[in-house]
Amino acid sequence: MNNPSLDRDALAARARTIREHIVALCISPEGGHLGGALSLADILTVLYFSVLRVDPNDPAHPDRDIFILSKGHGVLALYATLAERGFFPVDELATFGQPGSRLMAHPVRAVPGIEMPTGSLGHGLSLALGFALASRDRDEARRRRVFCVLGDGELQEGSVWEAAMAAPSLRLDNLVAIVDRNGLQITGPTEQTVRLEPLVERWRSFGWMVHDVDGHDIDRLKDVLSSSQPPNTPGTPTVLVAKTVKGKGIAAVEGTLKSHFARLRKRVPVQ
Amino acid sequence: MSDLARPPREAYRDALLELMAADASVYCIDTDTGLFNDIDFGASRERYVNLGIAEQNLMGVAAGLAASGKRPFVHTLATFAATRALEQVKVDIAYNALPVRIVCTHAGFSAGHLGPTHHALEDIATLRVLPNMTVVVPADATQAAAAAHQANALPGPVYVRLGRGAVPALTEGGPLRIGTPDVIRTGKDATILACGPHPIQAALAACDMLRADGIQAAVVNVHTVKPLDRAALLSIVAGRPVVTVEEHWTAGGFGGAIAELVSEAAPNFVWRIGVDDVFASGAGDPRWLLQRHGITAQAIAKAVRTLSREVPKCRS
Repeated sequence: MNNPSLDRDALAARARTIREHIVALCISPEGGHLGGALSLADILTVLYFSVLRVDPNDPAHPDRDIFILSKGHGVLALYATLAERGFFPVDELATFGQPGSRLMAHPVRAVPGIEMPTGSLGHGLSLALGFALASRDRDEARRRRVFCVLGDGELQEGSVWEAAMAAPSLRLDNLVAIVDRNGLQITGPTEQTVRLEPLVERWRSFGWMVHDVDGHDIDRLKDVLSSSQPPNTPGTPTVLVAKTVKGKGIAAVEGTLKSHFARLRKRVPVQ
Repeated sequence: MSDLARPPREAYRDALLELMAADASVYCIDTDTGLFNDIDFGASRERYVNLGIAEQNLMGVAAGLAASGKRPFVHTLATFAATRALEQVKVDIAYNALPVRIVCTHAGFSAGHLGPTHHALEDIATLRVLPNMTVVVPADATQAAAAAHQANALPGPVYVRLGRGAVPALTEGGPLRIGTPDVIRTGKDATILACGPHPIQAALAACDMLRADGIQAAVVNVHTVKPLDRAALLSIVAGRPVVTVEEHWTAGGFGGAIAELVSEAAPNFVWRIGVDDVFASGAGDPRWLLQRHGITAQAIAKAVRTLSREVPKCRS
């Protein structure tokens, strides 16, 4: 059980393929959360092809690392990534949203590789704390790392901060949160809705090791996600505030509100 | 009434310490309840975790632990589990059928003068509707300890409803067996189904009062509200009017569950005794509040008398 450790070019190519899957999924009659999936594509690519220790042939391997998609509506990116990584056939993506399909608009545990159902925002970080806490009694070699991706708008949920406050007290240095900071929520920019800034300082003040990164910079993501392996700072959980672009990869919708949810009529080119 | 025994929550706590000592996968997760102050967890101390005053986080952390193969017992006040953190209980715990034991104190009116913010009169209703959930209401301290041990053997989530203070030891009936209603007394004229310490004590007192009038009422301790033992309960109530008693709003709670069952399969009259559709209007200790809201032996006896007089007329 390990990760493929793809190099930069291979990761970039994989991210592009994942974006193409996301676009194809939004051609379904029900449509999908396009923008917030595209903003995640590089982060998930780096995680699944360079960082996470998981085994697609044994998704429940007891020593696997854990990934929780707290922003469950970004699941199109996760389905595409899991399929590309071999957790289920790429062909199954075509069943998305069809009656009886296990591929719904929010993740469920019936899908191989998905640890927890999410979609109601503000749950994922607490779940991640539980997984990280459960790993505390393991010896170093079998110690799991637990990764959790949150949306930025999601940070308006109070329960996120209950978990954010608890993690440093519990000394969960095997926990890594990643905020997909694409800056937009349904109504408009987060900063014109309910302000999140100064976000880096907020996390730091809660006792986290904070990395302010470009969420589309594959080299930087790889570097930070790999190097934050404990014991980087003993007892301190890590968070990446990953600046991203909603709709990244489709010029017509990049950085726009309308990218949030889309029913596409035909394939559009991915940059 | 018999002497007050220890508070059920203290007997429960002792049982949990035994479970933690015996099984390294058992965790005690606290939210600053005070229940574990000055408790020596001994070799299990790493598995006591206080998350502070954060009930939503409590349920999520417990779900993550349980999904990792641990067996967390989580603690808060009943109303905070049943309303504040209900979505986490639903999505994180019940949906995944995870072995989290949600053990809550201050149920019903047991928080007394702390008032309606701390009374839990909705918890049975909100938690029994969740698929995969088991709901257990121990009748005294001994049953609370038994519930802890038996809950730990169940594969899915369990809600254990405890009060705050001491309650009388139940000196009749058998030991608690989760899932199996306990017929404490038999009687041919009516069946009183009771849930929780005070309702059962009131039902027994009502039974005594009715005997003086020549009315034989059965008394059943229905400590497991979910899953209801349908076959056993339908057999117990067959052909006789039913009175349910609970320390909970009458809407949707224990009496509601019984009414649902009986109306489907054994159309008897069901008279539900519990708290009406109101919040407590003033301060009072639990005993006063129960009296004020009509959860009393007198009210139960009146219901049984009325039903045994009126039901035959309605049927003819």
